Amino acid sequence: MIHLKKILRTGFEYMEDVFDAAFGPAWNPFYQLGALGWFYYWIVISSGIYLYIFFDTGITDAYLSVEYLTHEQWYAGGVMRSLHRYASDALVIMMLMHLLREFAMDRFRSSRWFAWFTGIPMLWFVFSAGITGYWMVWDRLAQYIAIVTTGWLDTLPFFGESIARNFLSNADLSGRFFTLMVFLHIALPLLLLFIMWIHIHRHTQPKVNPPLGLAAGTLVMLLVVSLVKPAVSHAPADLGIVPAVIGLDWFYLPIYPLLDRYPGEAMWMVLGVITLLLLLLPWLPSGKQQAVAVIDLDNCNGCGRCVADCPFSAISLGPRSDNTGYEQEAVVDNRHCTSCGICVGACPTATPFRRRSGLTAGIELPELQISEVRDKTLAATGKLGGNDRILVFGCQHSMDLSALEDSRTGVVSMPCIGMLPPSFLDFVLSKNLADGVFLTGCRDGDCYFRLGIRWTDARICGERDPELRQRVPQQRIRTYWGGLTRSKQFLRELDAFRNGLNALATCNQNVPEPGQEGNGHKDIGNA
Amino acid sequence: MPRTGRIAGQIIAYGLFAAGLGYFSNAPVYTWLDPGFALINLSFSHAGQRKEECRRLTPAEIAATAPNMRQPLDCPRERVPVAAELVLDGISLLSKSYKPTGLARDGASSAYERIPVRPGQHQLTVRLRDSRRGDGFDYEENISINLRPRQNFVVDFRDNPGRFVFK
Repeated sequence: MIHLKKILRTGFEYMEDVFDAAFGPAWNPFYQLGALGWFYYWIVISSGIYLYIFFDTGITDAYLSVEYLTHEQWYAGGVMRSLHRYASDALVIMMLMHLLREFAMDRFRSSRWFAWFTGIPMLWFVFSAGITGYWMVWDRLAQYIAIVTTGWLDTLPFFGESIARNFLSNADLSGRFFTLMVFLHIALPLLLLFIMWIHIHRHTQPKVNPPLGLAAGTLVMLLVVSLVKPAVSHAPADLGIVPAVIGLDWFYLPIYPLLDRYPGEAMWMVLGVITLLLLLLPWLPSGKQQAVAVIDLDNCNGCGRCVADCPFSAISLGPRSDNTGYEQEAVVDNRHCTSCGICVGACPTATPFRRRSGLTAGIELPELQISEVRDKTLAATGKLGGNDRILVFGCQHSMDLSALEDSRTGVVSMPCIGMLPPSFLDFVLSKNLADGVFLTGCRDGDCYFRLGIRWTDARICGERDPELRQRVPQQRIRTYWGGLTRSKQFLRELDAFRNGLNALATCNQNVPEPGQEGNGHKDIGNA
Repeated sequence: MPRTGRIAGQIIAYGLFAAGLGYFSNAPVYTWLDPGFALINLSFSHAGQRKEECRRLTPAEIAATAPNMRQPLDCPRERVPVAAELVLDGISLLSKSYKPTGLARDGASSAYERIPVRPGQHQLTVRLRDSRRGDGFDYEENISINLRPRQNFVVDFRDNPGRFVFK
């Protein structure tokens, strides 16, 4: 499964490269799949409300009212119907791509099981809502769907009377069935909305709206396709005539041809097993689980920065449990923590300048404490020489950086780049441990831990606490968010950065840079 | 990428997505039934006889049951499967037995079969057995039908008055 995920992730990243070039990271649809799903959902709901105003239930009324909307009122009802259909189709695509991408990126384990687990039932709700929608039109396609669906439902053991017999002939048909369909077609999307809300419940700042430009572009696209190829009905349903050849919506109905070939019981079994496997995926063997963040009350003053920065709402402020005089303390919810370390990067006490023999931050990852990050920084920079020494801080969910290490390049990796407090950049440069600091990690706009890159950029730019001190020369800092596959571009960026450092060294040969405390290596082992 | 190039890239991406949506939302067409064929749809929901005859309880057996549960007959609930046979122009199209529904197998047997046939003039014989008899059928009907292409010809069985209905 690891290889499958890596292949999928590589495939996604190559596609995303193309879309990054056209849309830029902020608008790249691949980084907005969930948000686009929400957007399409609202289009479906809005257009559905309009259609419902004109829709009539009844054996002949249903078809006639949809025909009226489509043809007599093509400029409004017809466009709304087409938007309703195409946005629904786009929703299916976004949902399945989102599922596949989260699987490929391994974003379903640990505490992230919740979003994954609550996302799977949505598949059933979306497809069921789509099927009931097609049923309501009561054309030949609806007739086909009614016959095959009820036949399939009849294979379940808990229906005493055959449901399919309701669709034997025109004389057997009851208008009450359409009332049931309308009820289901409204109830299912409402339930879906409820699950969607639960789905994002544990996320801080969930992305439920795509960027305005992307939303506008996709809406215009839907309008154009609605006008160029309006959604139309088949001929009216007639149970005396077999709907022999049908134009299926392959986004919603791909299972129907299979139902014609394989027994209904087998199809229930297959879909049930697939659903169960998907639901259990977060608990399948995955290797070692990282230990969750822990609070060190001696160093926590309850400032709340870790609470604000945690992408998974895993930290809250609670009443103080010691007698230090502070009002609050950070509390980690182990069930939500993904061990990303972004909270450590936010903690003001996580500074390598602290003059203590044992550096401990107010919040720590047990498996990579901040003192260890400092030790690694010192070790990685200790063996560097020349005027273009670069220390690369990287994240463990992007490309492997170990091959970079040489006499001019040191590497320190951590679970997420958001774990790096900005004071480390100041530390490295002001102590002259390296001539430049290079930060890399996941793709811009697509951090494995959601917000690590965003917070890092904001901290370096001085827009978010803890800010990078102004004395730090920005020309000696470079970021490149390359993900797994952009190694060539990464090396080019690194070379360009090194050339820039060399140029700086030439310019400032005799002029010490502001913020530098000296040119020689200091003994900072006890800093 | 220059601005014009990016805009062109976006237009291409949106265009491809829109084309995919527009096409796959109702194409390629699916052939459920060869339009040159007709369909015979055999369907019924009919309860077979009870598997065993009711047995009159002895006075001792009645006395052994709770006073509020006493009744003279013991009738096992399970029913026999309903067997159906469909013969078209002397050729058997279907010969199948349908189990009763329900956990105690005491519900009606349901059938829903779709059988494609060539259109035209045919002689159709349909038989049904709902009793405990081992062979033979309790109901049989012969009709001459003229099927049109894509016609859905329904063969139903109605409990009351206990005969086949053709639609």
